[in-house]
Amino acid sequence: MSLLTVNDLRTYFHTRNGVYRAVDGVSFSVARGETLGIVGESGSGKSVTCYSLMGLVPQPPGRIESGTAMFDGVDLLHCSPAESCRIRGKRIAMIFQDPMTSLNPYLRISEQLIEPLLIHEKLSKAEAIRRGLEALEAVGINDPAKRMSLYPHEFSGGMRQRVMIAMALITKPELLIADEPTTALDVTVQAQILELIKKMQRELGMAVIFITHDLGVVSGLCDRVQVMYAGRIVETTDTRTLFYQPKHPYTRALQRSIPSLQPKGSELYTIRGMPPDLSKPLPGCPFAPRCEFAVEKCITTPVRLTEVAPGHSHACLRAQLGEI
Amino acid sequence: MSDPILELRDVKTHFPVTQGFIFKRHLGTVKAVDGVNLTLGRGEVLGLVGESGCGKSTLARTIMRLVPTTAGSVVLEGKNLTGADADTARELGRKMQMVFQDPYASLNPRLTIYATLAEPLLVHRMCPPADVPARVAELMEVVGLAPRFMQKYPHEFSGGQRQRIAIARALALQPRIIIADEPVSALDVSIQAQILNLLAELGRKMNLSLIFIAHDLSVVKHISDRIAVMYLGKIVELGPAADVIERPQHPYTRALVSAIPTPNPDTERARQRIVLPGDPPSPINPPAGCNFHPRCPHAQEKCKATEPPLIPGEPGRTVACVRLGEI
Ligand SMILES: Nc1ncnc2c1ncn2[C@@H]1O[C@H](COP(=O)(O)OP(=O)(O)OP(=O)(O)O)[C@@H](O)[C@H]1O
Ligand SMILES: Nc1ncnc2c1ncn2[C@@H]1O[C@H](COP(=O)(O)OP(=O)(O)OP(=O)(O)O)[C@@H](O)[C@H]1O
Ligand SMILES: [Mg+2]
Ligand SMILES: [Mg+2]
Repeated sequence: MSLLTVNDLRTYFHTRNGVYRAVDGVSFSVARGETLGIVGESGSGKSVTCYSLMGLVPQPPGRIESGTAMFDGVDLLHCSPAESCRIRGKRIAMIFQDPMTSLNPYLRISEQLIEPLLIHEKLSKAEAIRRGLEALEAVGINDPAKRMSLYPHEFSGGMRQRVMIAMALITKPELLIADEPTTALDVTVQAQILELIKKMQRELGMAVIFITHDLGVVSGLCDRVQVMYAGRIVETTDTRTLFYQPKHPYTRALQRSIPSLQPKGSELYTIRGMPPDLSKPLPGCPFAPRCEFAVEKCITTPVRLTEVAPGHSHACLRAQLGEI
Repeated sequence: MSDPILELRDVKTHFPVTQGFIFKRHLGTVKAVDGVNLTLGRGEVLGLVGESGCGKSTLARTIMRLVPTTAGSVVLEGKNLTGADADTARELGRKMQMVFQDPYASLNPRLTIYATLAEPLLVHRMCPPADVPARVAELMEVVGLAPRFMQKYPHEFSGGQRQRIAIARALALQPRIIIADEPVSALDVSIQAQILNLLAELGRKMNLSLIFIAHDLSVVKHISDRIAVMYLGKIVELGPAADVIERPQHPYTRALVSAIPTPNPDTERARQRIVLPGDPPSPINPPAGCNFHPRCPHAQEKCKATEPPLIPGEPGRTVACVRLGEI
């Protein structure tokens, strides 16, 4: 039984220069306690997919054109504000690359931290403060009683990230959506934050959607991965299969261009060309213009994400036909 | 090293920390670079790594003379830049060029690619004015851009293409050394690979020396001949690139290497990670003795007492740890 099931999500941006199909028919699900990684290059629609679920897409210019996102029987894309309020920020929480997206620079950490408890759990202030202290302690902030009365700018980058995680987890959500929460951090601090997310996940049994462009992070953290390209999912499978038996040429190309998987000093594989313009029609595979295996039909024939083995789906026509 | 192109001798770059706008109060000193000795060989690629704030960019800016040196000397092709008169310094300075992380910010949005590349050629009289267009076209070809894009503006290019333009501009003055400060950090892996290939190829073909600064150790290992690891303004380990990453000797390098997630689920899940406690400390009041001792899993009393000198480790390696050999 999935916790979240997204079906045919389409989120477009209507701009003066045309309609950008940022997310173009995305379907996936997340089970309770599972960690799903979403990878893909800049602009592939990773953030917009998650913003759509959280109701954070600026409308206009954005518009959710179609789709459903069922979370425990409620469609997140079409629910009432009251239902939304009961789920978002409580049962589903989100953290961002830049912690200042969720922290208010003018409020003390204490006020921001306990706000969700006062709203969602109707706790007394004293009880909320006690839970706040616990939450800060759990994310490894020393001397939380003193630190709680500070303002966000008085914390280092890594500490702000931890405060944001404490805030997101304080309501014990069932699903955490993390949008590149460690990209701006040093590897040493990143290691701390990843360990923290894993620990909290074990303790709370929550599911995690983890967006990143770092395949290294995915390999240690995620149970399953989906690869996005030009607003679509091109491949999805369990993490081991993705690394050891990738099928889609885009996934394979990505791996060949990472230095750590190649002999030192060797020439790295490069993907020719650029991602497509999302406002232009793309009847076939969006990767076809850059794909070394592409033939005529790849550009013209619509291709669907198709299950090729249990739990392994991809959207390459030629691989599906066994041609490559 | 026989005949290095660049030599740093006990270089220090300190910044005063003050509070207040009118009545400045001196609060302390940021020892951003604090006693760095380093040589760069001809055609060598030297990687520089370390956590945010350890002084990598300040070291680069010190070499480029974009910030005043507090002490020590920067010697280029045997000539001391620190003491040179303005003209000599400018002429020598031309031989070193820098490429920055953000190809958006480092290019002037109002200049076409032609104007961007022609300007240094004209200012430094690198060729007769009549030859400028041909030279610009040549520079574009060297970095893999079609010369027909000459009249376009930076915003019409992708991030990777803009980084190529920035590299072409650095090459315009025929430098001997390029200092690249996080040149691929803002780029997607597929684009990053193109720029890494380009830098490696330029280095080989033109016998350029390269100082390559990056967060991503796997990228640095890939492109570098040697790697220098910095911690709080000092070099703590220096040696052949693959050796430093595969068999780090300084406890800090070990922690840094162990923190990098590798794109390999089997090894990634099996391995024991050294998670360093706390944030990198502030360079305003660095700890006494070995800077790293408060976070070091192997620290002892003696580590708090004396500042460790760089001592020989494995072949080609120097390590600033008094417990080298014991741990
Ligand atoms: N407010 C907006 N107006 C117009 N277009 C937008 C807006 N927000 C996002 N887009 C477009 O949607 C597409 C997908 O963007 P998204 O932020 O989801 O990418 P991403 O995969 O998260 O990339 P990154 O790795 O850079 O974060 C991009 O082409 C982007 O330009
Ligand atoms: N002009 C300046 N005035 C005062 N302090 C400075 C100045 N420039 C740098 N610093 C300080 O010097 C230290 C080293 O900074 P530097 O930018 O060299 O680090 P870095 O290793 O390049 O970090 P990053 O990886 O984040 O780019 C930091 O503590 C920084 O705040
Ligand atoms: Mg994003
Ligand atoms: Mg820097």
